[in-house]
Amino acid sequence: MTIIDSNEITTAPSPAQQMRRRALRHWGFLIGGGVLGLIILMAVLAPFFAPHDPYAQDLSQRFLRPVFLGGSWEHPLGTDHLGRDYLSRLLFGAQISLTIGFVTALISGVIGTTLGVAAGYFGGRVDTIVMFIITVRLSMPVVLVALAVVALFGGSLTTVVLVLGFLLWDQFAVVMRTSTQQIRNQDYVTSAQALGCTTTRIILTEVMPNILNNLIVIITLEMAHAIILEAALSFLGLGVQPPLPSWGLMIAEGKDMLFFEPFLITIPGIALFVLIFAINLLGDGVRDVTAPENRN
Amino acid sequence: MQYGPAAFNTAKVILMLRFLLKRLGLAALVALTVSLISFSLLFLAGDPAVALAGEAATEEDIEAIRTQYGFDRPIPVQYVAWLTGAFTGDFGNSYYFNTPVIDLISDRLPTTMQLGLAGITFALLLAVPLGVIAAIRPNSLIDRFALFISVVGQAMPTFWFSLILIVIFAVNMGWVPVSGSGTWQHFILPTIVLGYFATPGIMRLTRAGMLEVLRADYIRTARAKGLNPAKVLFKHALRNAAIPVVGLAAVQLGFMLGGSIVIESIFALNGAGLLAFESINRNDFPVVQALILLFSLIYVLLTLLADLLNAWLDPRIRVA
Amino acid sequence: MEPLLSVKNLRVEIPVGTGMLKPVRGISFDLQKGETLCIVGESGCGKSLTSLALMGLLPKVARRSGDHLRFAGQDLLGLKERQMAKLRGQDMSMIFQEPMTSLNPAYTIGDQLTEGMIRHQRVSRAEARDRAAFLLEKVGITAAASRLTQYPHQLSGGLRQRVMIAMSLMCGPDLIIADEPTTALDVTIQAKILRMMKNLQAEFGMAMIFITHDLGVVARIADKIAVMYAGAFVETGTAQQIFDAPTHPYTKGLLSCIPVPGKTERGARLGAVPGVVPSLINGVEGCGFASRCPMRQAACGSEPDLTDRGAEHSCRCVHDTDTLRNMEWEAA
Repeated sequence: MTIIDSNEITTAPSPAQQMRRRALRHWGFLIGGGVLGLIILMAVLAPFFAPHDPYAQDLSQRFLRPVFLGGSWEHPLGTDHLGRDYLSRLLFGAQISLTIGFVTALISGVIGTTLGVAAGYFGGRVDTIVMFIITVRLSMPVVLVALAVVALFGGSLTTVVLVLGFLLWDQFAVVMRTSTQQIRNQDYVTSAQALGCTTTRIILTEVMPNILNNLIVIITLEMAHAIILEAALSFLGLGVQPPLPSWGLMIAEGKDMLFFEPFLITIPGIALFVLIFAINLLGDGVRDVTAPENRN
Repeated sequence: MQYGPAAFNTAKVILMLRFLLKRLGLAALVALTVSLISFSLLFLAGDPAVALAGEAATEEDIEAIRTQYGFDRPIPVQYVAWLTGAFTGDFGNSYYFNTPVIDLISDRLPTTMQLGLAGITFALLLAVPLGVIAAIRPNSLIDRFALFISVVGQAMPTFWFSLILIVIFAVNMGWVPVSGSGTWQHFILPTIVLGYFATPGIMRLTRAGMLEVLRADYIRTARAKGLNPAKVLFKHALRNAAIPVVGLAAVQLGFMLGGSIVIESIFALNGAGLLAFESINRNDFPVVQALILLFSLIYVLLTLLADLLNAWLDPRIRVA
Repeated sequence: MEPLLSVKNLRVEIPVGTGMLKPVRGISFDLQKGETLCIVGESGCGKSLTSLALMGLLPKVARRSGDHLRFAGQDLLGLKERQMAKLRGQDMSMIFQEPMTSLNPAYTIGDQLTEGMIRHQRVSRAEARDRAAFLLEKVGITAAASRLTQYPHQLSGGLRQRVMIAMSLMCGPDLIIADEPTTALDVTIQAKILRMMKNLQAEFGMAMIFITHDLGVVARIADKIAVMYAGAFVETGTAQQIFDAPTHPYTKGLLSCIPVPGKTERGARLGAVPGVVPSLINGVEGCGFASRCPMRQAACGSEPDLTDRGAEHSCRCVHDTDTLRNMEWEAA
């Protein structure tokens, strides 16, 4: 007979242990994290890995095809319209995409989290004002504004990062606001207030740790968002400027040869796709691992 | 006895009007703020007269341009002048064409609107049925297919997807024109790209909403009445699951119109997006400013429309 | 006389990760026209799943089986979903526990009341609305006609449950299954609703299966009572038999939990049944109640059958009737 015996107390695994166990069983989390880790490694080690200088032109070696299309191992992924080694450009391009992703997420994360946590914690008039700012931001067409600003200030990596950082904070603000509102009404926050803790202390020690998992999910989402937008801006010629090997720029430069050498747009496109895919998988994975009850 | 719809309740009408007025006021305030931001950006970036005059201009040329366009007035004065004009639909003249901005935009906007509506229709036609079926049969083949579509859609840069579609369907198959505008065939690929961009979000929300609604007690009540399954699904489940989807679709449509700039540039589709791109490249600020304001307004009005639609779909928020 | 509903050996099984959950383990009963059967048990005993199994509304993962499930001469076990849907709402209907969530928030009361009747009886909308207004008045809702245009969120829980009751009566069914219809309501409203249901039942001549955990409720309405424990009936009998001569230790335990006016002394301790229901995964070995029973002995290791303890009275226990009758409930 199977009766639940209250005397038989099994030691339950701690939340951290459970989380680790879920993480190690979650394929999306493992694959996403693994692929992203690999891309970061390649980007960091690009100077050692890359077979050629990504900027070295050789007009006698233009449009060489990749190995799998009958090319040679000298240029494993072929060469572009200026005879530059495509693999080397791809590896250095990863640096640009990752930089854009991380720095943009950092800037927009700070802005959005500050606004969101303030709105959620203080409520009232602060909330009204922040909600208005969020509405204004959401109503501005991102691509159009980004293009216009980059055009005004001149395209460069710094401009793009700054523009995107100041535009993409809306999701941080929206999600952090809701999360903070939920935490704020918890008993432990009330009791901390009753104990006379300062607001800063409550936010840092009681609120932030409990909204961290949501923050990580939004960070991954916005990293992906920023990387795609940078590629789009660069593709339109109003982002990172040549000769930098941005993947979006590589696609733009290959566009003229679209009908003859489709590999020129396919290779950086796939690289972009794989990177975004990995980041999204990781983000979904983090959400599932830290809050499995929110899964649908 | 009379069973018709309840007699018009004056209190309700007043509440509704107040809600509308409040939302319209908010929309106006948002548009005002956006216009202020876009106007200030122009001056943050440096002297528009210098940019306008071109690289070969002399100091006198620049000075002439400055007085001609009124850049010598204080910035707040210029803003108020621009704003009062904007109220009457006068956004000034294009620097490049020297024709009224409003004419340029009204020429091009219909194309973008058509593209946006076609895109959101395509997205809804693809995403809602898939989301519903995926929710009815979780973990089935269709559910996995839907998940695949949404995961791929989220990771695919639209401009790259456009190029791939052009290579396959325009170049290799020759089914549709490569680029340009004019016939409905020109809209096919842009519609697919734009719609596919909105598909993952709508599908995920439909699926999640349906999963939740199908577990609801009132669905069991509907089945207990002996209604046929289709009626339970479409009348009782879908209507409630549709409520958040309407809001998302409206927001997505707003983003799509704003995002049409990339797609119209790639497909050389002659809409407001392409106009924006060209104007940016030509330093044609009045056009860019007007377009930013216009897209913001459209977005705010779309969210208002979504709220009204939701009030119609969900009686609980009808009088709130 | 052929009973309206004859259930023989009804089972419900749900596959779970570690095996098979068996929440309903072979229950049998007959119900005559116009009769009320109360199924009593604590939460988790399988009474709600029993009611859903009768209606054919089990969740998809659950499997229903049995020897027969005969309703008005037709075995429901062999019916396809389409045929079952024709019976639901028309010949048998159901009232649910949660009035707050059992009505669709998006449609008016009138729409939800009439749609079943319009489907089953092909009447016009106006006819269905007349019937709905008539029934709303029957269940004690004032201004019935104008209520039809209201939405569920505009009504209180008590009113919503009255609407649910009216809804179940729309097609004039022969059988109503009520699953804890008053549990979610205030005590004062509970009594009103129970009295009203009893009156309506007499007026329309329906049979009723009333499912509850509250023996106090049972006393007001039951003709027959089945006490359910761990997925099976442990005692069945007429209401009088169960209240006057309870036999099974579990029944006695439940009865000791309710105060009786005039009998229970002020300040006296009420009884309680300690312990929890055994896990129903892969079935139950031996008597499911043994671990909580003050009278357990070695023979409880194998599950006893439901045996006759008088006319219409039966009990599932190894002890003989006299021993059981004489036992005073004291928690183990």
